[in-house]
Amino acid sequence: MTATAAPGFADPVLSAQSVFRAIMDATARPGSIQSIEGVASAPPPLSAGAAAIALTLLDQDTPVWLDACLAAVPECGDWLRFHTGAPIAADASRSAFAFVGSAAQLPQFDTFSLGTPEYPDRSTTLVFQVDGFSVGPPLALSGPGIRGRQVFRAAPLPADFAERLAANRAQFPCGVDVLLVCSNAVAALPRSVHVIAEGG
Amino acid sequence: MSGPTYNFAYLDEQTKRMIRRAILKAIAVPGYQVPFASREMPMPYGWGTGGVQVTAAILGPDDVLKVIDQGSDDTTNAVSIRKFFAKTAGVRTTTCTTEATVIQTRHRIPEAPLGEGQVLVYQVPIPEPLRFLEPRETETRRMHALAEYGLIHVKLYEDIARHGHIATTYAYPVQVDGRYVMDPSPTPKFDNPKMNDCAALQLFGAGREKRIYAIPPHTTVVSLDFDDHPFERYRFDAPCALCGATDSYLDEVITDDEGGRMFACSDTDYCEKRRATNRDDAVPGNGPGAPAMDAASR
Repeated sequence: MTATAAPGFADPVLSAQSVFRAIMDATARPGSIQSIEGVASAPPPLSAGAAAIALTLLDQDTPVWLDACLAAVPECGDWLRFHTGAPIAADASRSAFAFVGSAAQLPQFDTFSLGTPEYPDRSTTLVFQVDGFSVGPPLALSGPGIRGRQVFRAAPLPADFAERLAANRAQFPCGVDVLLVCSNAVAALPRSVHVIAEGG
Repeated sequence: MSGPTYNFAYLDEQTKRMIRRAILKAIAVPGYQVPFASREMPMPYGWGTGGVQVTAAILGPDDVLKVIDQGSDDTTNAVSIRKFFAKTAGVRTTTCTTEATVIQTRHRIPEAPLGEGQVLVYQVPIPEPLRFLEPRETETRRMHALAEYGLIHVKLYEDIARHGHIATTYAYPVQVDGRYVMDPSPTPKFDNPKMNDCAALQLFGAGREKRIYAIPPHTTVVSLDFDDHPFERYRFDAPCALCGATDSYLDEVITDDEGGRMFACSDTDYCEKRRATNRDDAVPGNGPGAPAMDAASR
């Protein structure tokens, strides 16, 4: 453990509120991009945006799983534990949140908790770090929260991301919810979203 | 500054995180009731503790809060909750529907259409639409898991068998995005169509029953019915005695002990706005059986 963990939110109450509202708006309107103020002091490769989400939603009740990219850097786990108190889960299927640092290492969704038909809320929320929302193959989305259709881009994403989302939707109401985050913006693909086509 | 100080919006941060996580899951599974660890609030159950907790978890310093109780901004429950957040969060409050960013409601949806930037927070007494048909939580949970909603259709059918029409007038069950059947809280069924494809996010908080659920914006919400007995809105067949509106939901107001009564808009903001803009209009119409209204009474 490092001698001193890097600081978190400057104003824990109001920063958490504004980041939460961005996450809530993103989840309520899948595929829309909501800006957030990242935590610049987060230890890389944990991005400023993912760190802000962690400080907003994690606490002692939420086991968090880190992918190999993040787990390889002990400062990430130490920083998360110090600021949130969240236990680090070794088993992805028992985690409430999973932070994924690199697209190439995104595990299949069924390695996480998908909830049960009686309790679909007991599923993992994936927080998936991307570089930005302006490039990448367009995904056309529809479903609750979307008026008509919404085109969504993010990069980098796994090549079969659209198929994974479709498979996730097919299990509704079970399934994972995905938050995609770059340094200063967040978007959400909750399990309710339909991928209607993939162009480009 | 003297007197007690509170964390912003009263709740402690750990409680807010727990509620916020529940809200996100509720939005991701529209219409599904997410259990949450409801806290004791400085008001009794039944006074909107669920709605207050949801509002406290989402409210920020830039929000403008409106609180209505049966459509009215100036009844005890609405005034108390508005003051509660003005004191504990220091947020700006309003009675104007279009100005508000967060609207907490007890049993009405405002008449003015809601916009993209707004959140409607409902206070819910009994969140489970199947509860009066099946008292066991384990069973209702399984029925939701299997989307087994035959029982609630039987209930509506029994209405028709007994009364000749679907006699359910409030807490009229809806199906959200073709999956979960949901209790829209005891709003009059007049308001049900407003939930469909609503531009605002709708959040539901049940404090005593410890459940949070949600309808994302632009989501299909269908009131349950039958082909030969389609869903129908209901409103008293009268214009508002104060503003003359023929499209708003009306309250019946008893005016004396000799059977006198009048009908007035339940949504006070809607009614006041109409009266302010229609001052030069003709004498407002009165409902059947209504006493002659003083046209100037405002």
